[in-house]
Amino acid sequence: MAILECRDLSKRFGSVQALDTVSLKIEPGRVVGLLGPNGSGKTTLLKLANGLLTPTGGEILIGGEAPGSATHAAVSYLPDKPYLAEWMKVRQLLDFFSDFYADFDRDKATEMLLRLNIDENMRIKEMSKGTREKAQLILVMSRRAMLYLLDEPIGGVDPATRDYILDTIIRNYNPEAAVVISTHLIADVEQVLDDVIFINQGKIVLQSSVDAIREEHGMSVDQYFREVFRC
Amino acid sequence: MEWKFRSDLPIYSQLVDQIKLGIVSGSLLPGERLMSVRDMATEAGVNPNTMQRALQELERDGMVYSQRTAGRFVTENMQVIEREKKKLAEEQIRSFLEAMKKLGYRQEEIPALLKEKEEKENGDS
Repeated sequence: MAILECRDLSKRFGSVQALDTVSLKIEPGRVVGLLGPNGSGKTTLLKLANGLLTPTGGEILIGGEAPGSATHAAVSYLPDKPYLAEWMKVRQLLDFFSDFYADFDRDKATEMLLRLNIDENMRIKEMSKGTREKAQLILVMSRRAMLYLLDEPIGGVDPATRDYILDTIIRNYNPEAAVVISTHLIADVEQVLDDVIFINQGKIVLQSSVDAIREEHGMSVDQYFREVFRC
Repeated sequence: MEWKFRSDLPIYSQLVDQIKLGIVSGSLLPGERLMSVRDMATEAGVNPNTMQRALQELERDGMVYSQRTAGRFVTENMQVIEREKKKLAEEQIRSFLEAMKKLGYRQEEIPALLKEKEEKENGDS
């Protein structure tokens, strides 16, 4: 069964059609890039998958179920904006995640924090923007979820950390789980993706495997994206 | 192994080529056990499914074989390795000849150029 499925999914904000009859399926074991220009509907789609928004048309299903408390337990979501309580120390956040998520692997998180030199006694508000993003991503990736939804996970971090994060995604690979990465830094993530979904003005423009695009067009997904979305 | 990727070719076929080259050049030895798919994927920085696909293709070509529990190994069949070596050499020659043709050389002029180059290099050393 598909881990994530959208059937004619639409979302309207007032006069803005953020998503327009989107249909797609994401199967277990896949790492999928959700690629599109700013304002194309990427974040809206991920929020719908988390039940933070409700559709105005069609439906979205996680493992066959509409978003709710059961699906929240299976979905690990990295929002595009900071969401951790600023006053909390890393250690308190580890406690919080351990209490909140049955699938949270604290040892794994501790190891990653150590590897990226993040002190567990540091408070979120004392951190630089990049460090904050790293801490958030570590917490999210340390859950043993069925579906990871990562909204711009590598936007604000330095190239070495970017490599470490992509490494973590590969190492973390689980044939039962799926990973969706929304980003516009395509060249950086291309090698770790199975499939890509191009989205523009709320519509799916293309859904294909990375190697199929390279084979058919003789160019990278990054180059092809620039061609499709040339301004 | 060091991995490098071009942007205009599928990733899986580049993995196939680079592993083949590793075997032909002897940096992966006949009978050597390969790392797990996940470790190879991590080292190359690629998706594990893509690495898996590349290894399956190498299995079909007879360059590697898997044993159910023990893992995947480089073939010990030297004929297969020689055959691949020859194929890779032919590809190099073909692209060399094409490049020379673009420069305006005719094929019969090339041996003399190669000889000249060889003599010059011997003279230099």
